[in-house]
Amino acid sequence: MSDLDFDPHQYSGTAGDREDHAPGDEPEESAGHWISNSNLGLGFSVLLTAAAFWAAGTHLIWGPAVPVALIVLAIAQMGVHLVFFLHVTTGPDNTNNVLALAFGILVVFLIVAGSLWIMSNLQHNMMPMDANQMNQMQPQM
Amino acid sequence: MSESDLPISRETIRRVREDPHNLGHRPEGGEAPVAGTGHGTTGPAHKRIIVGYGFWLFLLSDIVMFSCFFAAFAVQRGATAGGPNITQIVEAPRVAMETGVLLLSSYTCGLSFAATNARNKLWTQIFLLATGLLGLAFVGMELQEFISLAQRGITPQRSGFLTAFYGLVGLHGLHVTVAGLWLLTMMAQVQVKGFRKEIVHRLICFNLFWHALDIVWVGVFTIVYLMGIHG
Repeated sequence: MSDLDFDPHQYSGTAGDREDHAPGDEPEESAGHWISNSNLGLGFSVLLTAAAFWAAGTHLIWGPAVPVALIVLAIAQMGVHLVFFLHVTTGPDNTNNVLALAFGILVVFLIVAGSLWIMSNLQHNMMPMDANQMNQMQPQM
Repeated sequence: MSESDLPISRETIRRVREDPHNLGHRPEGGEAPVAGTGHGTTGPAHKRIIVGYGFWLFLLSDIVMFSCFFAAFAVQRGATAGGPNITQIVEAPRVAMETGVLLLSSYTCGLSFAATNARNKLWTQIFLLATGLLGLAFVGMELQEFISLAQRGITPQRSGFLTAFYGLVGLHGLHVTVAGLWLLTMMAQVQVKGFRKEIVHRLICFNLFWHALDIVWVGVFTIVYLMGIHG
């Protein structure tokens, strides 16, 4: 078979109207797995949110560990949202989205971590000011 | 005789119907390329997938913008200039309410798309309306918070910290407001035009946008509010 008469749709398995479609068509999806995904997403999110609010207010956890716990819970909840609400999957129709997401996370990390790093370095190297100079920098009320 | 000339088996039809994206979770799934994903030799991707991908790129750029506001907030967090700090302006019950309302709106938004997939106009509209009302409640509570803070003289121009606080939280609120307007137009379009392909594609994009806003809110209530409660 030459390349010219190659028909890509032959390889998709011509299983009726679901498979034999022009570009732009899409198979209809059942509602069932969307509902179960939403239920799961809500359940996990409620658990993680409740845990985050509990961790922020409790004295049971060693103080300096609380921000770490909050960040871990937030990242977990973002993952739950991505999987159950935004439907990011490992499927072949999602590989481009996952790559773009990885790049987005990289950029977000560079912006946030880079800003904090640079600004803390600047503050560290700033000339110490006495209280009088500090007051001159306050807005005049 | 090439492989594609073979008659397709009942088993393959069943497999393709049950698992159109060949997610690989089924042992009998096989390695055959699946049409519509834009991979392998099965031709271009479905428009649904291309539209979703394009909007996904926009969402990521939007999240990059949010990350700049997050970075500004994190840098300015201690720059109170003698004014109120974060612990003094956080009201935990209000934040818990806002979080619950936004989470529920994400849930109803997901359900509306399930109804869209079932091509059920009534339930799509009901869940979209519920999503919109919950979003309105969220924006209302946030506005109330800003007004009550402003009445106590806590305004954005007071300190660098407050500028970053109002900037970040306000930007998210603005997004929710704009998404609410989009939601209204989508309800009108579903009502008038029905479930045409392009309308369903717009509903997909709207869903992505609404859920992405909830993801950003997870960052806001963790970084701004809960860490503020903790002090």
